[in-house]
Amino acid sequence: MELIGRIHSIETCGTVDGPGVRYIIFTQGCPLRCIYCHNVDTWNAGCDRAKNMSVNDIVNDIKRYKSYIASGGITLSGGEPLLQKDFATELFKACRAQGFHTALDTSGYCVIIDKVKELLSLTNLVILDIKSIVPATFKKITGKEIYPVIEFAQYLHKQNIPTWIRHVVVPGYTDNDNHAHELGKFIATLKNVNKIEIIPFHQLGAHKWVEMGLHYTLKDVKEPTMQQVENVRQILRQYNPTLEI
Amino acid sequence: MTKEVWEGFTQGNWQTEIDVAEFIKKNYTPYEGDGKFLANATDATNILWKKVSDLKKRENKKGILSAETKKPSGITSYGPGYVDAELEKIVGLQTDKPLKRAIFPYGGLRVVQKALEEYGYKLNPRTEEIFSNYRKTHNAGVFDVYTDEMLRARKSGIITGLPDAYGRGRIIGDYRRVALYGTKKLIEQKMREKKVENCAFMFDHTIITRENISEGIRALQELEQMAKSYGFDISQPATNAREAIQWTYFAYLAAIKQQDGAAMSLGRVSTFLDIYIERDIKNKTLTEVEAQELIDHFIMKLRMVRFLRTQEYNKLFSGDPTWVTECIGGMGEDGRTMVTKTSFRFLHTLYNLGPAPEPNLTVLWNTQLPEKFKNYCAQASIDTNSIQYESDDLMRNYWGDDYAIACCVSAMRVGKQMQYFGARANLGKALLYAINGGRDEISGEQISPKFEPITDEYLNFDEVMSKLDTTFEWLACLYMSTLNVIHYMHDKYNFESLQLALHDSEILRTQATGIAGLSVVVDSLSAIKHARVHVIRNESGLAIDYVVEGDYPAFGNNDPEINELASTIVQKFMTMLQKHHTYRGATPTMSILTITSNVIYGEKTGATPCGRKKGEPFAPGANPIHGRDKKGAIAAMASVSSLPYSHAKDGISYTFSITPEALGKSKDSRVQNLVSMLDGYVRDKGHHINVNVFDRETLLDAMQKPELYSQLTIRVSGYAVEFTKLSRQHQLEVIARTIHCKMC
Repeated sequence: MELIGRIHSIETCGTVDGPGVRYIIFTQGCPLRCIYCHNVDTWNAGCDRAKNMSVNDIVNDIKRYKSYIASGGITLSGGEPLLQKDFATELFKACRAQGFHTALDTSGYCVIIDKVKELLSLTNLVILDIKSIVPATFKKITGKEIYPVIEFAQYLHKQNIPTWIRHVVVPGYTDNDNHAHELGKFIATLKNVNKIEIIPFHQLGAHKWVEMGLHYTLKDVKEPTMQQVENVRQILRQYNPTLEI
Repeated sequence: MTKEVWEGFTQGNWQTEIDVAEFIKKNYTPYEGDGKFLANATDATNILWKKVSDLKKRENKKGILSAETKKPSGITSYGPGYVDAELEKIVGLQTDKPLKRAIFPYGGLRVVQKALEEYGYKLNPRTEEIFSNYRKTHNAGVFDVYTDEMLRARKSGIITGLPDAYGRGRIIGDYRRVALYGTKKLIEQKMREKKVENCAFMFDHTIITRENISEGIRALQELEQMAKSYGFDISQPATNAREAIQWTYFAYLAAIKQQDGAAMSLGRVSTFLDIYIERDIKNKTLTEVEAQELIDHFIMKLRMVRFLRTQEYNKLFSGDPTWVTECIGGMGEDGRTMVTKTSFRFLHTLYNLGPAPEPNLTVLWNTQLPEKFKNYCAQASIDTNSIQYESDDLMRNYWGDDYAIACCVSAMRVGKQMQYFGARANLGKALLYAINGGRDEISGEQISPKFEPITDEYLNFDEVMSKLDTTFEWLACLYMSTLNVIHYMHDKYNFESLQLALHDSEILRTQATGIAGLSVVVDSLSAIKHARVHVIRNESGLAIDYVVEGDYPAFGNNDPEINELASTIVQKFMTMLQKHHTYRGATPTMSILTITSNVIYGEKTGATPCGRKKGEPFAPGANPIHGRDKKGAIAAMASVSSLPYSHAKDGISYTFSITPEALGKSKDSRVQNLVSMLDGYVRDKGHHINVNVFDRETLLDAMQKPELYSQLTIRVSGYAVEFTKLSRQHQLEVIARTIHCKMC
């Protein structure tokens, strides 16, 4: 049976979600409800603006960009791609067969069943977005519990799957020293991580909340200063001196 | 004599025949290293550039710095002129004073009068009298012949930008010949060629050829004389790097003293000059610092090229372009890269003198280019936005490895090929004529012969296509016919004798047409096919607006069907152009290029069935309409690269703008990603790409505080401009245009 994915959109010129120039598939649907989400239009899995695309459709389309993504690859992002494990697994299988580098951009919020394990075995790089390392803050930001993410990170470590950690610095939530120390310590326990990307919170996605008729609570939150962001980086470096941060 | 000046060079046929390409091949040193060897600007360079910059500032305030009002420009019209004779390593000005504009009434008197008046000058009555009563101009000749239909088409703007009132340009003299051989040998060669013709039967072809050669000989003699006024004897070959650059520049200078062509391109001189520089460095008569200084001073001169244009012209081209295009890089047919250290030295002027639109630095990109050169170019693009790229992989198949680009995208073998420049036909308007039975959608006037308009409430794809065919056939015929008139008269009254003397006597001529509005036509046809397009007509039955009901796949998303449709349009129109007789047996070619006139074309074109409103800009060149490419930059690039160069051999232009953040997170990744994109585009047979890396905020700020951004350069469809010189309307268009950006 042909597997169908619920796809929010395709970006053919991805340059910030994994190494090199990448074909990015944004899947529709996400279990988290992050208060700073800049792609709220990807939340609802049933959204009628999303397209159904088969693995075949997508791989055939990807092949047409071979010349550009030869030294980059493809990234499956979202939404949360782990909501569509079967589809994701078949897609990665097909991409690997074509020789494309595969990256999975995820929050890690899932139960590690066999299908997830299979998917990860086909993944060249996981970009794991850790929203917060403090359980209470994590819940405040995402509305969910943190433990599946921790387990997911530890599974990646155990399987030694190359991973980049991504983390958004949100003033009032994740910009304090304490939080950075905790995050730094946790990442130091993961030997599979080779890069940390710190992303300053920004207001660029705010308009989408309004368009979607959702209540956006961070309207008055300022974007962090360069100094605030650098401070977080400094602390993370204390625990992870060899990583690119 | 020549033996000595050529000492150290590998011998070859180039010594007995005029063959610069062979000389280059036998003598150049490919360079695969990085840019670490490059030298910074010398004090002299900085002082000199400061002087030029100050003059430019004054010029910006006044519009022009000063202008000639009496003497028509010619190779020897002026004695020597300097910026600072003590400091200049490379000398020569168009007139007697820096940035003073010459007049070229041979192309047309009205334009000269009008341009002078707009800047507060008045043409000398005697000059006016001569060019009104005793000396006919190109412009006068053309208007003696134009038919009513040509005049209507010109006025309505379905054919536009025609070079019928000033120099046509887009001819590249092989200026290197003067450095390699000296004028004496070149004159002797032309004399020999004329002798061969002695036994020929005289009819138009032989008559014109002989006259051209005779005029060429005179032009070369004038060039020699002009150089002498600066104290140089260029009858003999250049003996060192400084002379090689100076001789080459004198030859180019003579061209721009004789002609105010729309595009006066330089060609492909950097690798040629590198041979002289390397020889001097090897002989320890030149240091790297001195070599860079020579190039900096040469480039400075190229940045000072000026022509007197009317404000209408400047509005069309948004600024003061001269298209001093210089090609850098590429691969030789023998598999060696043609990148040399001087390729780097040329690009390095963007740092030593700061970014600038001129000379129009064009990198002939090839997937096989040395990695370090690719990276250097990408970095320079990111830093300065001053480079355009054109596919050497593609063009070398057609034009060999000694071609150069005239203007923006027109490839031609240097010294062996020229083009009859033909501006462009507005295909967006043609589509509206197809719907309106040949009536102009804005004026309501009947422009083409009358035919049955479409009267349905909703447009039908097959019907529109069939009427489009009829309209295209009419337009192609009229267009070629108009160009024949223009080029006949230009040859007759405003012949580029110097530039053509730096060509072989037997050359390939192309009749270079162009099209504007490709994405408008394609999207409109797609809308008619895939959505429903409701026609809104005025009281006289003229279709003036369209309502698109539903969605349609637009050009720029790499949809195979739409790419195919775009290619069909290109092939269709090109095939129609080929049916017609051309002046002097020129081979028809076509470009998909608008330069900056996409804004004006849009202004003059009514609403189109794709949903574009009346007056809204077209996309530049072959670009998708802004905002309709929704799958990211690479899908847009892939769409453009799917267009067939084989049917648009005069070039396919794509302008690509991206924010630094969207290009990558780190400096290194931005360079690498840009290189990957250029490689991908070229590998997939894309032809031309402009690269802009800037953010909206910078541009918005530059609109508010232009004085802080005088050197902010951006690439627009085939060339570059200083952003602050664009009209406000064009600035807004650039800002609105798809700047590919990605959040976080």
